Amino acid sequence: MIDSSLTTGHVVGINGNMMAVEVDTGNVVQNEVAFVKLPDARLKAEVIKVIGKKCYMQVFEDTTGMAVGMPVEFTGNMLAVELGPGLLGQIYDGLQNPLTLLENKQEFFLQRGQYKEPIDRQKKWDWKPVVAVGDRVRAGQWLGEVPEKFITHRVLAPLGMHGSAVVKKILPAGAYAITEAVAELEVNGKTVPVTMSQEWPVKKAIKAYKERIYPEELLITRQRIIDTLFPISRGGTSCIPGPFGAGKTVLQHLISKFSSVDLVIVVACGERAGEVVELIHEFPEMKDPKTGGSLMDRTIIICNTSSMPVAAREASVYTGITLGEYYRQMGLDVLVLADSTSRWAQAMREMSGRLEEIPGEEAFPAYLESRIAGLYERAGLVKLHDDAHGAVTLIGTVSPAGGNFEEPVTQATLKVVGAFLGLSRKRSDERKFPAIDPLDSYSLYIDQMADSLNKNLDREWTKMVHEAEALLVRGAEIGKMMTVVGEEGISIDDLVSYLKSEMLDFTYLQQNAFDDIDCAATIERQVVDFKLLYKALKTPFSFETKAEARKFFVNLQDNFYQKNYAAEDSPEYAKFVSKIEEIIVSGGGRLV
Amino acid sequence: MFKEYTKITNIIGDIIELSAEGVTYRELAAITNHNGDTSLAQVIRIDGTKVSLQVFAGAKGMSNRASVRFLGHPMRVPYSEDLLGRIFSGSGQPIDGKPAIANAEETDIGGPSVNPVKRVVPRNFIETRIPMIDIFNPLVESQKLPIFSTPGEPFNELLARIALQAKADIVILGGIGLKFDEYIGFRRKFEEGGIMDRTVMFVHTAADPVVERLLVPDMALAVAEQFGIAGKRVLVLLTDMTAFADALKEISVAMEQVPSNLGYPGSLYSDLASRYEKAVDFDGAGSITILAVTTMPGGDVTHPVPDNTGYITEGQYYLVNGVINPFGSLSRLKQLVIGKVTRDDHGAVMNSMIRLYAKALESKKKISMGFEKTETDEKYLRYADLFEQRFMDLRVDIPLNDALDLGWKTMAECFDRSEIGVKKEVVDAHWPKGA
Repeated sequence: MIDSSLTTGHVVGINGNMMAVEVDTGNVVQNEVAFVKLPDARLKAEVIKVIGKKCYMQVFEDTTGMAVGMPVEFTGNMLAVELGPGLLGQIYDGLQNPLTLLENKQEFFLQRGQYKEPIDRQKKWDWKPVVAVGDRVRAGQWLGEVPEKFITHRVLAPLGMHGSAVVKKILPAGAYAITEAVAELEVNGKTVPVTMSQEWPVKKAIKAYKERIYPEELLITRQRIIDTLFPISRGGTSCIPGPFGAGKTVLQHLISKFSSVDLVIVVACGERAGEVVELIHEFPEMKDPKTGGSLMDRTIIICNTSSMPVAAREASVYTGITLGEYYRQMGLDVLVLADSTSRWAQAMREMSGRLEEIPGEEAFPAYLESRIAGLYERAGLVKLHDDAHGAVTLIGTVSPAGGNFEEPVTQATLKVVGAFLGLSRKRSDERKFPAIDPLDSYSLYIDQMADSLNKNLDREWTKMVHEAEALLVRGAEIGKMMTVVGEEGISIDDLVSYLKSEMLDFTYLQQNAFDDIDCAATIERQVVDFKLLYKALKTPFSFETKAEARKFFVNLQDNFYQKNYAAEDSPEYAKFVSKIEEIIVSGGGRLV
Repeated sequence: MFKEYTKITNIIGDIIELSAEGVTYRELAAITNHNGDTSLAQVIRIDGTKVSLQVFAGAKGMSNRASVRFLGHPMRVPYSEDLLGRIFSGSGQPIDGKPAIANAEETDIGGPSVNPVKRVVPRNFIETRIPMIDIFNPLVESQKLPIFSTPGEPFNELLARIALQAKADIVILGGIGLKFDEYIGFRRKFEEGGIMDRTVMFVHTAADPVVERLLVPDMALAVAEQFGIAGKRVLVLLTDMTAFADALKEISVAMEQVPSNLGYPGSLYSDLASRYEKAVDFDGAGSITILAVTTMPGGDVTHPVPDNTGYITEGQYYLVNGVINPFGSLSRLKQLVIGKVTRDDHGAVMNSMIRLYAKALESKKKISMGFEKTETDEKYLRYADLFEQRFMDLRVDIPLNDALDLGWKTMAECFDRSEIGVKKEVVDAHWPKGA
């Protein structure tokens, strides 16, 4: 441990949110946090470059009024978050300040230099020990548990501990606050008190688990195009790039509402405040599909919107993933949604520019790729010390400049994610939702999870999905051909393939986000619906004329479409299914 | 007293540099040139004793012996009811020939952002009497929405018209790089329309120094914020934000910042967002709605300015060839008001009219490519004509409910009720009698 309690310095330069500091005495740690003292406020900053006695720091607040010579106090600690019971349901800024606490004090605006305790110090939690005196524990192992909302919150042995420790003392079941020592551990001959909370530096991954394991299970989002065509695994990674107005945020919101996970961490990074406001007002009213409780109870919102300080925006994504890793240590299934990673990358670009680093493509710093890779690699499925499994799944949106996927952030992200859900302007203009382009998008998990999908959903599942994909490709080819030669220029068989692919697109890949039933489809329903549709797609209908074929498909398609609006167990649903079966068998077409 | 410096070491573009001590970041300074000209300037970088300032009036004719006096505070704008009916320059000087605002409270410009938990979900429809807006992409109180357009289009006329018809408590115009004629145009329209007494104007014309351009949105929005807190529903008009972005580019290049796309600074997104995000519906007070103009250089929507704007704002209106294009235009907040505060058939009319118009355009295209005209095509062509006349023409000026009725009438004149793709109950309730 470096003793830097004496490290002090003073400001020697200011450029936007970057300040140069000359160190007077003591040592400096890269990425350590320091405070600069202004007459009216104490502002938090982080060391990002050290050159001799001078270090460069990004200030997490507006720097107006700062002057050369102002004193700087270093803390010796890297930028950290506080972990413990009481995080669920909170709304934090990028530095883990609870926005609801800031609210009471300062009216409408976020005044700078206000730092609040992220977790309530007074609240008593119902503690129950799970280890006994004399037990050996490793970092991250469970010492006890407290109920937090709908989950069992495990109190972890200090995450930064090296080797193992012996439990010297453990408090009996009872109500305690997070500041009280509930256990004592002997680490390397020293006795260390342990409370229910601990700090962890956000830019370091929490790795207090036995091993990472190969993700093979489906994360259910209830969006058909994702779950069926481009599935994401529990512990996997995915990105959603798209031009503005293509529906990235609506899609992210739906995923956050309906995903079958234990908890969701939404990082609103450099996006509109209005979107967060909708979440804040909507989520407490909505039901968690898993527990039936309020959706807010399984959610943590990290909110550093576009007009909030840029350096805190850079930190917000790390804050989010760190909280995710923490809950993963409890054997929980966590989904982290980062909207948008492009704004996070831009925050790095702004700072890099102020540091006068040699720019890479589009002025992004040369380390952009490794930072993006480092972030996505923090997701994953892990086996904990007691063999329980926990997962962090990370889905990031990307906002490419000009909607062009060739730009650096999209490209660097594509290299590291397992599923690519590309939104297209064309599809969103055609009012197709989700506007995920089925021809551009892909998921590596469909083959990675093939065994589990074929076992749990249907024996032939992956084969059927691949055939559906091939049909979409064929349909698009025929569609292109028709724009050149007209409908009269193609064969009836081609027209039938085209109509089938249109039907697949219209009745299965698209969903009505504003309809109570169609906005989310359970996986059980997806299996039944997809198999019925597959049957229709595989039936080789033959028609005398093209008009006859079109008429037939209008009818069939409409029945599939109306079925989407019928609840699974309703008589209407059964009616549509039998009607579809009837059309397939007898209908306008003749079964060959 | 504040110390006076008389030795400017560097002059680069509109930025001056000198050696000074005790200066704070973003502090304001008063500069008096050797010939007596004065200007304000703002600290934009401090490196040891070297201080860089951007000069609001520009550094043209600046002597290196000019005197610089630091004022000890950042840029402020006066705020009081007396601002109403007044016109100011980008740096806050009255340009309407009337005296300066006396005894007003001063408020810092570019202040902190609103705590997201103190915002409420927008829910009030703003009627503009322009059917392409009211029916298809309604404007919602506290929305931030740009008009994407190209030079030569009537965007300023559209902006002025909305200001006159939108029934806001306060209108604040931020003119950025306006042509003199455009400025006078706004003034006349507001005077004739009788809204000047609830309007404040901050006007920077193309002939004014470029640095003042950067101040206009911040001045306008700082005043808007004060009125908003006081419970007023404020409409802010900003035209043209591309000129604002170009001023950012000019300054950042002079500061030798590494440019990102097409010379614009890497912070363009944040710079634009920190202005647009001032749009707000305060929990327990008033609101700020921002309507801006973004001209697209070369009509290219992927240009960095419209592109970044599109990500920040809650939709956009495309004004091309003198009409608001129904396809590229979008109001992201429309779901919050359609059918909830507006009539229950609003959603159905919006969707089916647009769908029919899209089909009509397909028919037009088909015919122009030499394919045969069918009976169905005839119907659609007739519909397209009526739609363009009755709805798209910018001169049309009718309230929403009349526009919805006209929508039903138009559909009934061209189509059978089974052809419009609307739920039966809705059609039954609204299909014109005798059609």
